[in-house]
Amino acid sequence: MAMQAPADEALIGRIARGDRLAMQVLFARHHVRIYRYVLRLLRDEMAAEDVIGDVFLDVWRQANRFEGRSAVSTWLIAIARFKALSLLRKRREVGLDEETAEAIEETSDDPELAVTKQDKGEKLRKCLALLSREHREVIDLVYYHEKSVEEVAQIVGIPENTVKTRMFYARKKLGDLCRMAGIDRGWP
Amino acid sequence: MIPSDTERAPTELEALLPWYAAGTLRRRDRQRIEEALRSDADLARQVDLVREEFSETIHFNETLGAPPPRVLDRLMASIDAETDAARKRAPGAVAGWLTGFFANLSPRTMAVAASFAMLAISLQAFMLVDIFTKPQNEISGYGLSVEHRNGTFAMVRFARQASAGEITNFLQNYQATLVDGPTPGGLYRVRLAMTSLAKEELAHIVQRMRKERIVETAEADE
Repeated sequence: MAMQAPADEALIGRIARGDRLAMQVLFARHHVRIYRYVLRLLRDEMAAEDVIGDVFLDVWRQANRFEGRSAVSTWLIAIARFKALSLLRKRREVGLDEETAEAIEETSDDPELAVTKQDKGEKLRKCLALLSREHREVIDLVYYHEKSVEEVAQIVGIPENTVKTRMFYARKKLGDLCRMAGIDRGWP
Repeated sequence: MIPSDTERAPTELEALLPWYAAGTLRRRDRQRIEEALRSDADLARQVDLVREEFSETIHFNETLGAPPPRVLDRLMASIDAETDAARKRAPGAVAGWLTGFFANLSPRTMAVAASFAMLAISLQAFMLVDIFTKPQNEISGYGLSVEHRNGTFAMVRFARQASAGEITNFLQNYQATLVDGPTPGGLYRVRLAMTSLAKEELAHIVQRMRKERIVETAEADE
């Protein structure tokens, strides 16, 4: 009989009691997705590495405060988001990251230059990278992290209706970028 | 039908399509969409586009790679450093040491260790029963441990009504071992740690012991 892996919630309970092995299991289970989420926000691999280390250290410190009102993965993303955005804010305050900040706030006006001869899938993926931070975040949360409307609202801290409209306009912007890159998807 | 105006707000069902494609929609909403899809060709075309975005988003994220193993190494080193610092700060340093010690054991080792621990506790409980059921003059100097010299000790007199079970629990809670006693005054010598604890720490532990219901007196034995 195959051994059933402990649920994330059970791992958090064990971590709260100081179980290092449970910490390693939770890390193994979630670190790649959390890293990718943070990397998409920061666009900086070294900074993303530091942030996920901090995220899991927070889990170690605060596991006893986890109340189970959301999925563990949602809790992890929410911690990661807070840390990544704090880092971006700090960088902007000290003026060290103007390039990244601009890249995050502004979508490239000329995707034709950025997107060269690629197949449709490649072009679409390139356009995904060109979305604003808010738009690519909601798209990643819904499609890649498979978060429900409620969970996205919880992570981002906005009402559920705003989540739905933000997702709609993110898709619309993606469609615009695709069209400018030479892909006519017939929408918007 | 979806209106062609590109600046318009999404219809209710249209706004839910990404979650429909990702399979994270509530059952009621999913059924509403499935019903609408049977008669709305525009909505069906939107679902195709959403599925395309869904699949490319996953593909895109999968190409982002993974963090190197050093992230876990650094994390565990930070955790160890914090645990060590907390252990040094904690009044019950012995308990902290034991927590760290057990955390490093594999489940199999833990199982074997637990069996021995149960055996030791049962033996100690048996001996306690033996102590408390024998007349005082017969059990004076009854030694429960071979090594009496090294470590940190306290002298404890238990309340007359304390049961052997309560004393066993008390010893477990303080990670302590009964090493000698009773003295003619009814005091037992209890080892609190295998090493010498700081004076303040010992005083703190003794202070806590004095508040226990089953303890009449407790003194540091330096």
